[in-house]
Amino acid sequence: MNTQEPMEKIAVKTWFKAAPAEKFPKNAGACIKYKDQQIAVFNFARENKWYACQNLCPHKMEMVLSRGMIGEENGEPKVACPLHKNTFSLKTGESLTGACDAITTFPVKVEDGFVWVGFTD
Amino acid sequence: MKTIVVVGNGMVGYKFCEKFVAQANKDSYQLVVFGEEPRVAYDRVHLSEYFEDGDAERLSLAPKTWYSDHGIQLHIDERVTEINRNAKTIGTSKGTQYAYDTLVMATGSAPFVPPIRGVEKKGVFVYRTIEDLEETLIYAEKIKGGKAAILGGGLLGLEAAKAVMDMGLEPHVVEFAPKLMPRQLDTRSSKVLQGKLESMGINIHLSKATNQILGNGCITGMEFGEDDILDVDMLVVSAGIRPRDELGKSCGLEMGTRGGIVVNNQMRTSDPHILAIGEVALYNQMIYGLVAPGYEMAQVAVDQIIGETGTRMAAEIDMSTKLKLIGVDVASFGTPFMPAERGHSIIFENKTESLYKRINVTHDGKKLLGGILVGDASDYNMLLQLYQNEMPLPENPEDLILGSRAGGASAFGSAMDLPDTAVVCSCEAVTKGAICCSVLEDGNESVKAVSKATKATTGCGGCKPMVVDLVTESLKSLGKTVKVQLCEHFEYSRQELFDIVKLKGIDDYDKLLDLVGKGHGCEVCKPAVAAIFASIYNETANRQPAIQDTNDRYLANIQRNGTYSVVPRVAGGEITPKQLMAMGRIAQKYDLYTKITGGQRIDMFGAQLHELPLIWEELIAEGFETGQAYGKSLRTVKSCVGSTWCRYGMDESVSFAVEIEHRYKGIRSPHKFKGGVSGCIRECAEARCKDFGFIAVEGGWNVYVAGNGGANPKHAELLAEKVDKETAIKYIDRYIMYYIKTAQPLTRTAAWLEKLEGGITYLQNVVINDSLGIAAELDAEMQALVDSYKCEWKEAIETPEIRARYAHFVNSDETDDSIEFVSLREQKMPKEWA
Repeated sequence: MNTQEPMEKIAVKTWFKAAPAEKFPKNAGACIKYKDQQIAVFNFARENKWYACQNLCPHKMEMVLSRGMIGEENGEPKVACPLHKNTFSLKTGESLTGACDAITTFPVKVEDGFVWVGFTD
Repeated sequence: MKTIVVVGNGMVGYKFCEKFVAQANKDSYQLVVFGEEPRVAYDRVHLSEYFEDGDAERLSLAPKTWYSDHGIQLHIDERVTEINRNAKTIGTSKGTQYAYDTLVMATGSAPFVPPIRGVEKKGVFVYRTIEDLEETLIYAEKIKGGKAAILGGGLLGLEAAKAVMDMGLEPHVVEFAPKLMPRQLDTRSSKVLQGKLESMGINIHLSKATNQILGNGCITGMEFGEDDILDVDMLVVSAGIRPRDELGKSCGLEMGTRGGIVVNNQMRTSDPHILAIGEVALYNQMIYGLVAPGYEMAQVAVDQIIGETGTRMAAEIDMSTKLKLIGVDVASFGTPFMPAERGHSIIFENKTESLYKRINVTHDGKKLLGGILVGDASDYNMLLQLYQNEMPLPENPEDLILGSRAGGASAFGSAMDLPDTAVVCSCEAVTKGAICCSVLEDGNESVKAVSKATKATTGCGGCKPMVVDLVTESLKSLGKTVKVQLCEHFEYSRQELFDIVKLKGIDDYDKLLDLVGKGHGCEVCKPAVAAIFASIYNETANRQPAIQDTNDRYLANIQRNGTYSVVPRVAGGEITPKQLMAMGRIAQKYDLYTKITGGQRIDMFGAQLHELPLIWEELIAEGFETGQAYGKSLRTVKSCVGSTWCRYGMDESVSFAVEIEHRYKGIRSPHKFKGGVSGCIRECAEARCKDFGFIAVEGGWNVYVAGNGGANPKHAELLAEKVDKETAIKYIDRYIMYYIKTAQPLTRTAAWLEKLEGGITYLQNVVINDSLGIAAELDAEMQALVDSYKCEWKEAIETPEIRARYAHFVNSDETDDSIEFVSLREQKMPKEWA
């Protein structure tokens, strides 16, 4: 499950129009609600890139990842959980500090000033 | 191909294998190893660790696969029962015969159980193998809370006492001699150690000869003489070792009169095809029960077998030892007890601190002959080197144990002053020359690489500080420095980055990254840079939220279930009834769990993200301000009531604490810092456990710095004595500012001071005598920080853009419905993790 396809190849069924891009803090994360799910969306403004993943940290099962610090490690975009600083790749979802299960990531696009997150359901 | 049979798979037997496969000629030999225990060789020295985690695997010296990977035939759980020297064969407990060309005896030793009446009773154990421990553990479980005696107050006996204590039993050490560790300690140091152990709950009984073990079937007590009885429920015998020499005896090798297989300095027995090493070998009429000589014997045996017959065992074997016994340092080296005709002793003893240091020097005071250290053995490595290399001593040899009192340099030179032949790592016999050469010629540029190449530090690890010094100094001599780098994005230390930010006047993270960094940053450099900005410009965490740690970003402490706790400032722990009621009302309204903190204030838990601005709005309306419990900044200044109320108080500690807490509040630093003010030397405010502390004494305030509680408790050190309040504040201003500018990220003041070259004396020179000429600058920088304080929560609730950050979702006004609480003693707590 760690070998997720590159984003563009995922068969997106639904593009969800989340919120206007300016509502998302720069170089940080925010949380959106999609159906009953909490999704963390990250605005890497320095690189002009966006990533999204589950808000749940698999380590202790808390809805906190959107409040974590973001950064990169050898070019790999990552988020650090605010509770115990476990880091996850935002490209593959894999745990970079080891020890944790991988998280699910979602494709993101920005169109007409809005942030869209892609889901397969 | 020749066959080498190794009898015994203990620590020394294993070391023989390791050294054998490391030499070039190994393919012309087949190694066959027999061990009678059901598992492969393990670290007996650290046996008591087995109690801590019950993980036997972790003690293994090498996994089973290591043996097969190196072409070694390993037979465990198979005892060698006979040796036929004429046929050059051995027979085993499984009835098999094997031929050998060379036989190596590494059978070690067994615990010596004195022939005391009743010693066969149930509940009497020995302390040697993992199996012994397991049996002891099962029995200890049955007599939970009972008393256990340890027969033998030597090194192993005291280890066993600790193990027994960990099993939940009351330990009683019974020793025949009038002192503990009779081989290593003199009477006075034994008394110091005894006092320390007794204070930890270990009972010591000296000069006791055990007559018999009492009990009907199971042990119930020990009898030493008429009417001298100790009631115990268990006994662990640790009265020394006996070589496991029965094989040698039965095949007719030359034996010592009191056991042990006689060997010469080539480790050969009376049969030239049989060698003996470790605790079964009698060398110089002695059995050496230490690991280091055993390892040396293994090396000699390997060299002798492969034909490098020049390697011989040293004529005199160094019995120096250093160990941490139940958390107490004990070391002895060279000649620990010395007859007066050879030299004289310098002794320092401090019973209140459980310290004892003794060095024996020649009559002319020029050479070190030996010594004993109890309580603090941090100088052991250097002392041992001075002794082993017969190096000249400082003019006042007492400086070696008392420290140089003239201020400045340590009495010891640098590790680089040692001769190249000095053995730095005695477990692996690695010399200073080998370590430096590994750096200078083989290009190993880190301690890790050097350890891997030379094996130094891989034994007991006691030599690590010296190896670190040697590697660092060697690198320096190559013109390289060991670079302390913040992370992959900034090739600078925090101090360098601090200077860059200040010099160039940069106040924006992205700008700094573009200018002197690379890449896009990470969770290590962002908060470090944020703290630097805060220290220089005193900007609050609100301006650049994306580079703050989560707690700073939301100005609250994130807790287990993703909710936050709220802590208003209660300076000095002083609070009015009206404020208390207001806080109670607000906590009740938002259903918060409340608890008094260690820093004399009130913590309110369980607030959801969206509730934080609402709660703070009410708190601020009641006159509270942020307590910065979330920041790497001043937490609290704890105080006792002082002369205001206390009949012992020498000065007003609360007033001072309130003033100083308001002075430093909001100042960001490399790590959190705390203060304390006590009104007298009874020290109820525990000021000496804080990063800075003031204690009122006759004639002024004593000023302390660099203490902390936490994982590595450290008492603060005295910076200045009997100074007035203004002076005390001035010194602490400079000290904190100097710390803020020079410490690595997440380094508390105690760790910082420990690394500061010259330590407290140097710091005194900087802040009191202005030795660096920066006092005025530090004063001005601190005053600027004090003057520009503002409450960041007030700023947050008054600024709509900042307030907007406190929404759980950006696309919905709903709140997080995944948070669940359960009740706890009439309050609430987070639901257990799934």
